[in-house]
Amino acid sequence: MMNLIINGEELQVADVLSVSELLEHLKLDGKRVAVEVNLEIVRREARSSFALHENDKIEIVSFIGGG
Amino acid sequence: MTQDTFKLGDREFRSRLLVGTGKYASLEETREAILASGAEIVTVAVRRVSLSGEDSILKAIPEGVSLLPNTAGCYTADEAIRTARLAREAGMTEFVKLEVIGDKKTLFPDIPATIEAAKQLVDEGFTVLPYVTDDPVTALRLQDIGCAAVMPLAAPIGSGLGIKNPYNLRIIIEQARVPIIVDAGVGTASDAAIAMELGCDAVLMNTGIAAAKKPILMAEAMREGITAGRKAYLSGRMGKKLYATASSPLDGLID
Repeated sequence: MMNLIINGEELQVADVLSVSELLEHLKLDGKRVAVEVNLEIVRREARSSFALHENDKIEIVSFIGGG
Repeated sequence: MTQDTFKLGDREFRSRLLVGTGKYASLEETREAILASGAEIVTVAVRRVSLSGEDSILKAIPEGVSLLPNTAGCYTADEAIRTARLAREAGMTEFVKLEVIGDKKTLFPDIPATIEAAKQLVDEGFTVLPYVTDDPVTALRLQDIGCAAVMPLAAPIGSGLGIKNPYNLRIIIEQARVPIIVDAGVGTASDAAIAMELGCDAVLMNTGIAAAKKPILMAEAMREGITAGRKAYLSGRMGKKLYATASSPLDGLID
Protein backbone atom coordinates (compact mmCIF):
# COMPACT_ATOMS: atom_id res chain seq x y z
CA MET A 1 0.00 0.00 0.00
CA MET A 2 1.10 3.53 -0.73
CA ASN A 3 -0.14 6.73 0.88
CA LEU A 4 -0.94 9.61 -1.51
CA ILE A 5 -2.40 13.05 -0.86
CA ILE A 6 -4.89 13.68 -3.63
CA ASN A 7 -6.68 17.04 -3.82
CA GLY A 8 -5.89 17.59 -0.17
CA GLU A 9 -7.15 14.18 1.03
CA GLU A 10 -5.08 11.20 2.07
CA LEU A 11 -5.69 8.04 0.11
CA GLN A 12 -4.20 4.55 0.46
CA VAL A 13 -3.72 2.84 -2.86
CA ALA A 14 -2.40 -0.55 -3.86
CA ASP A 15 -0.74 -1.45 -7.16
CA VAL A 16 -0.63 2.12 -8.42
CA LEU A 17 2.77 2.94 -9.84
CA SER A 18 2.19 5.67 -12.40
CA VAL A 19 -0.04 8.68 -12.93
CA SER A 20 -2.06 6.94 -15.63
CA GLU A 21 -2.62 3.96 -13.33
CA LEU A 22 -3.82 6.35 -10.64
CA LEU A 23 -6.35 7.96 -13.02
CA GLU A 24 -7.60 4.50 -13.95
CA HIS A 25 -7.83 3.51 -10.29
CA LEU A 26 -9.90 6.64 -9.57
CA LYS A 27 -12.04 5.96 -12.67
CA LEU A 28 -11.27 9.42 -14.04
CA ASP A 29 -11.33 10.21 -17.74
CA GLY A 30 -7.79 11.37 -18.39
CA LYS A 31 -8.72 13.33 -21.49
CA ARG A 32 -9.85 16.55 -19.83
CA VAL A 33 -7.95 16.62 -16.57
CA ALA A 34 -4.59 18.03 -15.59
CA VAL A 35 -2.39 16.32 -13.04
CA GLU A 36 0.18 18.00 -10.87
CA VAL A 37 2.56 16.01 -8.66
CA ASN A 38 4.41 17.98 -5.99
CA LEU A 39 3.65 21.22 -7.88
CA GLU A 40 4.98 19.91 -11.22
CA ILE A 41 2.54 19.30 -14.04
CA VAL A 42 2.80 15.81 -15.47
CA ARG A 43 2.13 16.21 -19.20
CA ARG A 44 -0.31 13.71 -20.68
CA GLU A 45 2.41 12.02 -22.76
CA ALA A 46 4.45 11.41 -19.57
CA ARG A 47 1.62 10.02 -17.44
CA SER A 48 2.33 6.35 -18.02
CA SER A 49 6.03 6.66 -17.28
CA PHE A 50 5.79 9.07 -14.33
CA ALA A 51 6.30 7.05 -11.15
CA LEU A 52 4.45 7.97 -7.94
CA HIS A 53 6.03 7.79 -4.51
CA GLU A 54 4.89 7.56 -0.90
CA ASN A 55 3.29 10.84 0.31
CA ASP A 56 3.32 12.52 -3.09
CA LYS A 57 1.04 15.54 -3.17
CA ILE A 58 -1.20 15.27 -6.21
CA GLU A 59 -3.67 17.72 -7.65
CA ILE A 60 -6.14 16.54 -10.28
CA VAL A 61 -8.17 19.34 -11.82
CA SER A 62 -10.76 19.75 -14.52
CA PHE A 63 -13.33 22.34 -15.55
CA ILE A 64 -16.54 23.53 -13.94
CA GLY A 65 -18.98 26.24 -14.98
CA GLY A 66 -17.58 29.76 -14.61
CA GLY A 67 -17.58 33.25 -16.07
CA MET B 1 -22.24 42.31 -44.23
CA THR B 2 -19.47 40.15 -45.63
CA GLN B 3 -17.57 38.19 -42.99
CA ASP B 4 -17.25 40.69 -40.17
CA THR B 5 -14.77 38.82 -37.99
CA PHE B 6 -12.29 39.54 -35.23
CA LYS B 7 -9.06 37.78 -34.31
CA LEU B 8 -7.77 36.41 -31.03
CA GLY B 9 -4.23 35.10 -31.36
CA ASP B 10 -4.20 33.31 -34.69
CA ARG B 11 -7.87 32.37 -34.63
CA GLU B 12 -10.76 34.18 -36.22
CA PHE B 13 -14.27 34.42 -34.79
CA ARG B 14 -17.59 35.58 -36.20
CA SER B 15 -19.65 35.76 -33.02
CA ARG B 16 -18.86 38.81 -30.91
CA LEU B 17 -20.59 37.40 -27.87
CA LEU B 18 -18.54 35.30 -25.45
CA VAL B 19 -20.48 33.61 -22.65
CA GLY B 20 -19.71 32.09 -19.28
CA THR B 21 -21.00 28.73 -18.06
CA GLY B 22 -21.55 29.48 -14.36
CA LYS B 23 -24.77 29.85 -12.34
CA TYR B 24 -27.14 27.88 -14.59
CA ALA B 25 -29.79 25.58 -13.14
CA SER B 26 -28.55 22.54 -15.06
CA LEU B 27 -26.08 21.38 -17.68
CA GLU B 28 -28.96 21.23 -20.16
CA GLU B 29 -29.88 24.85 -19.53
CA THR B 30 -26.20 25.82 -19.91
CA ARG B 31 -26.08 24.10 -23.27
CA GLU B 32 -29.34 25.62 -24.52
CA ALA B 33 -28.18 29.09 -23.48
CA ILE B 34 -24.84 28.69 -25.27
CA LEU B 35 -26.64 27.58 -28.43
CA ALA B 36 -29.14 30.47 -28.23
CA SER B 37 -26.32 32.98 -27.71
CA GLY B 38 -24.49 31.83 -30.82
CA ALA B 39 -21.23 32.13 -28.89
CA GLU B 40 -18.14 30.51 -30.39
CA ILE B 41 -16.11 30.95 -27.19
CA VAL B 42 -17.21 29.96 -23.68
CA THR B 43 -15.43 30.44 -20.39
CA VAL B 44 -14.94 27.69 -17.82
CA ALA B 45 -13.26 27.63 -14.41
CA VAL B 46 -10.50 25.28 -13.22
CA ARG B 47 -11.22 23.27 -10.07
CA ARG B 48 -10.23 20.04 -8.32
CA VAL B 49 -12.15 17.06 -9.73
CA SER B 50 -14.57 15.39 -7.38
CA LEU B 51 -13.32 11.87 -6.75
CA SER B 52 -16.94 10.70 -6.43
CA GLY B 53 -17.43 11.46 -10.12
CA GLU B 54 -20.00 14.05 -11.17
CA ASP B 55 -21.06 15.25 -14.60
CA SER B 56 -18.52 17.46 -16.33
CA ILE B 57 -19.37 20.95 -17.58
CA LEU B 58 -17.72 19.87 -20.84
CA LYS B 59 -20.84 17.82 -21.61
CA ALA B 60 -22.78 21.09 -21.84
CA ILE B 61 -20.49 22.64 -24.42
CA PRO B 62 -21.64 22.18 -28.01
CA GLU B 63 -19.29 20.78 -30.63
CA GLY B 64 -17.07 23.36 -32.30
CA VAL B 65 -17.29 25.89 -29.45
CA SER B 66 -13.86 26.95 -28.12
CA LEU B 67 -12.96 26.76 -24.45
CA LEU B 68 -11.62 29.82 -22.66
CA PRO B 69 -10.45 28.66 -19.23
CA ASN B 70 -10.32 31.39 -16.60
CA THR B 71 -8.19 31.91 -13.52
CA ALA B 72 -11.17 33.01 -11.41
CA GLY B 73 -10.62 32.81 -7.69
CA CYS B 74 -6.89 33.58 -7.93
CA TYR B 75 -5.58 36.41 -5.75
CA THR B 76 -1.89 36.34 -6.68
CA ALA B 77 0.11 36.24 -9.92
CA ASP B 78 1.61 32.88 -8.91
CA GLU B 79 -1.80 31.28 -8.31
CA ALA B 80 -3.06 32.59 -11.64
CA ILE B 81 0.02 31.33 -13.52
CA ARG B 82 -0.28 27.90 -11.90
CA THR B 83 -4.00 27.74 -12.74
CA ALA B 84 -3.36 28.80 -16.35
CA ARG B 85 -0.76 26.06 -16.79
CA LEU B 86 -3.17 23.46 -15.40
CA ALA B 87 -5.92 24.77 -17.68
CA ARG B 88 -3.67 24.44 -20.72
CA GLU B 89 -2.87 20.86 -19.81
CA ALA B 90 -6.51 19.93 -19.10
CA GLY B 91 -8.13 21.86 -21.92
CA MET B 92 -5.48 21.50 -24.59
CA THR B 93 -5.82 25.19 -25.41
CA GLU B 94 -3.45 28.14 -25.22
CA PHE B 95 -6.34 30.49 -24.50
CA VAL B 96 -6.63 31.86 -20.98
CA LYS B 97 -8.85 34.49 -19.42
CA LEU B 98 -6.45 35.97 -16.90
CA GLU B 99 -8.18 37.13 -13.76
CA VAL B 100 -6.24 38.14 -10.64
CA ILE B 101 -8.68 39.44 -8.07
CA GLY B 102 -7.57 42.17 -5.70
CA ASP B 103 -10.58 42.49 -3.44
CA LYS B 104 -13.24 39.98 -2.41
CA LYS B 105 -16.09 42.41 -2.06
CA THR B 106 -15.83 44.26 -5.38
CA LEU B 107 -13.97 41.55 -7.33
CA PHE B 108 -11.94 44.34 -8.89
CA PRO B 109 -8.67 43.07 -10.35
CA ASP B 110 -5.21 43.48 -8.80
CA ILE B 111 -3.58 45.40 -11.65
CA PRO B 112 0.13 44.98 -10.78
CA ALA B 113 -0.41 41.25 -10.23
CA THR B 114 -2.39 40.97 -13.48
CA ILE B 115 0.43 42.66 -15.41
CA GLU B 116 3.05 40.41 -13.77
CA ALA B 117 1.08 37.25 -14.57
CA ALA B 118 0.32 38.43 -18.12
CA LYS B 119 4.05 38.92 -18.85
CA GLN B 120 4.90 35.42 -17.68
CA LEU B 121 2.02 33.76 -19.54
CA VAL B 122 2.75 35.61 -22.79
CA ASP B 123 6.37 34.40 -22.47
CA GLU B 124 5.09 30.85 -22.07
CA GLY B 125 3.12 31.08 -25.32
CA PHE B 126 -0.37 31.57 -23.94
CA THR B 127 -3.02 33.60 -25.75
CA VAL B 128 -3.71 35.91 -22.82
CA LEU B 129 -7.03 37.72 -22.39
CA PRO B 130 -6.81 39.75 -19.18
CA TYR B 131 -9.81 41.01 -17.19
CA VAL B 132 -9.06 44.55 -15.99
CA THR B 133 -10.66 47.72 -14.72
CA ASP B 134 -11.54 50.33 -17.37
CA ASP B 135 -8.23 52.16 -17.04
CA PRO B 136 -6.72 53.27 -20.39
CA VAL B 137 -3.11 53.16 -19.13
CA THR B 138 -3.49 49.58 -17.88
CA ALA B 139 -5.00 48.62 -21.23
CA LEU B 140 -1.96 50.07 -23.03
CA ARG B 141 0.48 48.23 -20.76
CA LEU B 142 -1.28 44.93 -21.35
CA GLN B 143 -1.33 45.29 -25.12
CA ASP B 144 2.38 46.28 -25.07
CA ILE B 145 3.18 43.10 -23.13
CA GLY B 146 1.63 41.05 -25.92
CA CYS B 147 -1.83 40.18 -24.65
CA ALA B 148 -4.13 38.98 -27.44
CA ALA B 149 -6.95 41.24 -26.23
CA VAL B 150 -7.77 43.48 -23.30
CA MET B 151 -11.01 42.92 -21.38
CA PRO B 152 -12.09 45.95 -19.34
CA LEU B 153 -15.11 45.65 -17.06
CA ALA B 154 -18.21 47.74 -17.74
CA ALA B 155 -19.30 47.44 -14.09
CA PRO B 156 -18.46 45.00 -11.25
CA ILE B 157 -18.69 41.26 -11.99
CA GLY B 158 -22.24 39.96 -11.60
CA SER B 159 -23.64 43.44 -10.87
CA GLY B 160 -25.70 43.90 -14.05
CA LEU B 161 -25.23 47.67 -13.74
CA GLY B 162 -24.45 48.16 -17.43
CA ILE B 163 -21.89 50.43 -19.12
CA LYS B 164 -20.86 52.80 -16.32
CA ASN B 165 -17.98 54.63 -17.94
CA PRO B 166 -18.45 54.83 -21.70
CA TYR B 167 -15.82 57.60 -21.96
CA ASN B 168 -13.00 55.44 -20.57
CA LEU B 169 -14.08 52.59 -22.80
CA ARG B 170 -13.99 54.94 -25.81
CA ILE B 171 -10.44 55.99 -24.95
CA ILE B 172 -9.37 52.37 -24.48
CA ILE B 173 -10.91 51.43 -27.83
CA GLU B 174 -9.32 54.38 -29.66
CA GLN B 175 -5.85 53.47 -28.40
CA ALA B 176 -6.20 49.76 -29.00
CA ARG B 177 -4.12 47.70 -31.38
CA VAL B 178 -5.67 44.47 -30.04
CA PRO B 179 -9.35 43.55 -29.68
CA ILE B 180 -11.18 45.13 -26.74
CA ILE B 181 -13.73 42.85 -25.11
CA VAL B 182 -16.06 44.30 -22.48
CA ASP B 183 -16.06 41.74 -19.69
CA ALA B 184 -18.49 41.97 -16.77
CA GLY B 185 -21.33 44.24 -15.76
CA VAL B 186 -23.69 43.78 -18.72
CA GLY B 187 -27.23 43.27 -17.42
CA THR B 188 -29.49 43.34 -20.44
CA ALA B 189 -29.49 43.47 -24.23
CA SER B 190 -29.33 47.28 -24.48
CA ASP B 191 -26.12 47.23 -22.39
CA ALA B 192 -24.61 44.78 -24.88
CA ALA B 193 -25.71 47.02 -27.77
CA ILE B 194 -24.19 50.11 -26.12
CA ALA B 195 -20.87 48.31 -25.63
CA MET B 196 -20.80 47.38 -29.31
CA GLU B 197 -21.88 50.88 -30.43
CA LEU B 198 -18.86 52.25 -28.56
CA GLY B 199 -16.72 50.15 -30.87
CA CYS B 200 -15.79 47.20 -28.67
CA ASP B 201 -14.81 44.10 -30.60
CA ALA B 202 -16.85 41.75 -28.43
CA VAL B 203 -18.60 41.35 -25.08
CA LEU B 204 -18.16 38.60 -22.50
CA MET B 205 -20.98 37.94 -20.06
CA ASN B 206 -22.29 35.28 -17.73
CA THR B 207 -24.68 36.50 -15.01
CA GLY B 208 -26.54 38.80 -17.44
CA ILE B 209 -27.83 35.66 -19.14
CA ALA B 210 -27.75 33.08 -16.34
CA ALA B 211 -29.56 35.22 -13.77
CA ALA B 212 -32.42 36.23 -16.11
CA LYS B 213 -35.74 34.59 -15.32
CA LYS B 214 -35.65 33.00 -18.78
CA PRO B 215 -31.93 32.56 -19.51
CA ILE B 216 -32.35 31.01 -22.94
CA LEU B 217 -34.56 33.85 -24.16
CA MET B 218 -32.08 36.36 -22.70
CA ALA B 219 -29.21 34.59 -24.49
CA GLU B 220 -31.07 35.19 -27.74
CA ALA B 221 -31.74 38.83 -26.80
CA MET B 222 -28.05 39.36 -26.03
CA ARG B 223 -27.07 37.87 -29.36
CA GLU B 224 -29.41 40.29 -31.13
CA GLY B 225 -28.24 43.22 -28.99
CA ILE B 226 -24.64 42.50 -29.95
CA THR B 227 -25.52 42.27 -33.64
CA ALA B 228 -27.60 45.46 -33.56
CA GLY B 229 -24.88 47.38 -31.71
CA ARG B 230 -22.18 46.17 -34.07
CA LYS B 231 -24.18 47.17 -37.15
CA ALA B 232 -24.95 50.58 -35.66
CA TYR B 233 -21.23 51.10 -34.93
CA LEU B 234 -20.27 50.17 -38.49
CA SER B 235 -23.02 52.45 -39.87
CA GLY B 236 -21.58 55.55 -38.23
CA ARG B 237 -24.38 57.17 -36.28
CA MET B 238 -25.75 60.64 -37.04
CA GLY B 239 -24.45 63.62 -35.12
CA LYS B 240 -26.43 64.82 -32.10
CA LYS B 241 -28.18 68.21 -32.37
CA LEU B 242 -29.93 70.29 -29.76
CA TYR B 243 -32.77 71.52 -32.01
CA ALA B 244 -35.14 69.77 -34.38
CA THR B 245 -34.44 69.24 -38.06
CA ALA B 246 -37.56 68.39 -40.06
CA SER B 247 -37.57 64.95 -41.64
CA SER B 248 -40.23 65.87 -44.22
CA PRO B 249 -39.26 68.32 -46.97
CA LEU B 250 -40.76 71.79 -46.60
CA ASP B 251 -41.09 72.33 -50.38
CA GLY B 252 -44.62 71.93 -51.78
CA LEU B 253 -46.47 72.61 -48.56
CA ILE B 254 -50.08 73.77 -49.14
CA ASP B 255 -50.79 77.45 -48.45
